[in-house]
Amino acid sequence: MDLINLFVRSVFIENMVFAYFLGMCSYLAVSKSVKTAVGLGAAVVFVLGITVPINFLLDTYLLKPGALTWLDASYADVDLSFLSFIMFIAVIASMVQLVEMVVERFAPALYGALGIFLPLIAVNCAILGGSLFMQQKDFSGITESAVYGLGSGVGFFLAILAISAIREKIAYSNVPAPLRGLGITFIITGLMALGFMSFMGIEI
Amino acid sequence: MSKELNKKEELILFLSDTDEREGLLGKKNRKLLSDPLTDNNPITVQVLGICSALAITVQLKPAIVMSLAVMAVMAFSNMIISLLRNSIPSRIRIIVQLVVVAALVILVDQVLRAYAYDVSKELSVFVGLIITNCIVMGRLEAFALGNGVYKSFLDGIGNAAGYAFILILVAFFRELLGAGKLFGYQVIPDSFYEFGYSNNGLMLLSPMALITVGIIIWVQRSRNRALIEEN
Amino acid sequence: MDRNSNAYTFLFAIALVAVVASALAFAATSLQPAQAKNVKEEKMQNILGTVGIETSRDSAQVLFNKYIVDQVALSNDGTPKADVNAFEVDLKKELKKPVEEQAFPLYVANVEGSKYYIVPLRGKGLWDAIWGYIALKDDVNTIKGAVFDHKGETPGLGAEITQGWFRKRFEEEKIFDGDGNFIGVSVAKGYQGGDNKDDNAVDAISGATITGDGVTDMISERLKNYLPYFEKNTNIKVAMK
Repeated sequence: MDLINLFVRSVFIENMVFAYFLGMCSYLAVSKSVKTAVGLGAAVVFVLGITVPINFLLDTYLLKPGALTWLDASYADVDLSFLSFIMFIAVIASMVQLVEMVVERFAPALYGALGIFLPLIAVNCAILGGSLFMQQKDFSGITESAVYGLGSGVGFFLAILAISAIREKIAYSNVPAPLRGLGITFIITGLMALGFMSFMGIEI
Repeated sequence: MSKELNKKEELILFLSDTDEREGLLGKKNRKLLSDPLTDNNPITVQVLGICSALAITVQLKPAIVMSLAVMAVMAFSNMIISLLRNSIPSRIRIIVQLVVVAALVILVDQVLRAYAYDVSKELSVFVGLIITNCIVMGRLEAFALGNGVYKSFLDGIGNAAGYAFILILVAFFRELLGAGKLFGYQVIPDSFYEFGYSNNGLMLLSPMALITVGIIIWVQRSRNRALIEEN
Repeated sequence: MDRNSNAYTFLFAIALVAVVASALAFAATSLQPAQAKNVKEEKMQNILGTVGIETSRDSAQVLFNKYIVDQVALSNDGTPKADVNAFEVDLKKELKKPVEEQAFPLYVANVEGSKYYIVPLRGKGLWDAIWGYIALKDDVNTIKGAVFDHKGETPGLGAEITQGWFRKRFEEEKIFDGDGNFIGVSVAKGYQGGDNKDDNAVDAISGATITGDGVTDMISERLKNYLPYFEKNTNIKVAMK
């Protein structure tokens, strides 16, 4: 039950885009058509679902103060948490590369759909943000962190799918010229974020 | 004196790789600084670096500190990458850039925690997110990899300033309209409240940051029609 | 050497890692004492804040030694744990342990002849953890003062719990009701009691209901653990059901 609650929370309440503005760059750049948006969204779900639990393991067994005790009790005072940014980003960049190679080798069709988005993802703030929030939240196990990673990814997917659908429609509307493109997208995103705020405080 | 000047110019030539002789702040270099503030603003025109920025624009003070942190990281990462630009193996280019940026961000974070503890608490994870702030990576790819050290340094400062400008503008409106304060001090006099004026709490919520940026873009593009997008 | 050869790429990567790692390790170790000092002094500052002594971080250490006369870590049944240093107890870790193993720090302050009991709090707000300290007068019922802090509450709404005007509402509130039952202090939405200090409720911050509920829960849950100790060690008979 806790896991479901965590999932719903990370999709709707702590939505990466609407609550924290993470992944905004690619959210704005790749939301012109639904098709590309789905591609990027799926890639984000995939990568977040993998990197958050891996970084969780790294954090618990390597970086946290006292994390090295499993090696030897005398390492109890070692605190490597200052390295967490660099470790997380290294894991993310190499995972993205790895995923790209694996997908290319075993699922060429999927690669054709996701391919160009995978490299973009290494620098998507939502991915690193997922790992950093995971570190702050002190999850008790790898399942929780995996659920959180997936949930955050699904939240991003939902957001980019919605905005791309709206942008496809809005192409036919008479938007004031200076607002066209970026401006109106910002304002719509703001309104959508206001809508998402009504999920606040929901517990299942 | 003139000998000294010559040396300086030689140094600039060495660093900037141009055969054109121009001063430290010649016309071209000034443009590197001033362009990102308006017509080529990283946020409103290049659409870079919105990610981590908007969540910390509720009050002016954290917005300014965040801008300074981004400026330090951008200036130095641009310089370092520009210095290394002829020796970085192209296959691991992206990860080298990420490592340099991440190392600089960790330094900034550690320094803030040691000497500006209160501010570092307010910024929390958002300092870490400078690493993936698209402005930093974007400028490294687009500028530092192909230009001299000094120019890259200016480009970093200029783009960070453009970013800071929007951040501070948004924070100004949000803090003023949302809380009636600036830098934490009340600026709207009590007599206004007695007449029935009240703070707009909505401005404190995150969605209003997006809408504020949308309005800034609107104003900017109405003044400079060249920036208007098709549809 | 060829810039795209494998050997060059490896060498470059190794050199980069070595340089970056040593630079970071150096920075981290040399800045660590200053960082630890900040954290420790902030904790002292917060503890002192509950008994009305506002101080800068720099002078926190001196005043802490002057006013805090005793620190004990209590077990669940109210007996002091001699082998635990109360100041070093990290509530975040403590609350994850089984209840019998938990240690609850209690600070005793003596300010100009009056004795106060200071209890650390920790709970959950809307987004993330909230924590604080609350000081009781020596009747173990009236609140002397409270300090709150948070990790990620909404600025301007939930984050306002750190502000003086919100903290002030807790002063002189009671944690027992008129019949001597422990009920804590609730942060109530639409509270109409005005300045009534006997009804165990304070006015909430509008727009921050969930953070307020978090404060309510945190006060009652944490204080509950100290009731056995108060019953044994204070001359006021604590009425418990």
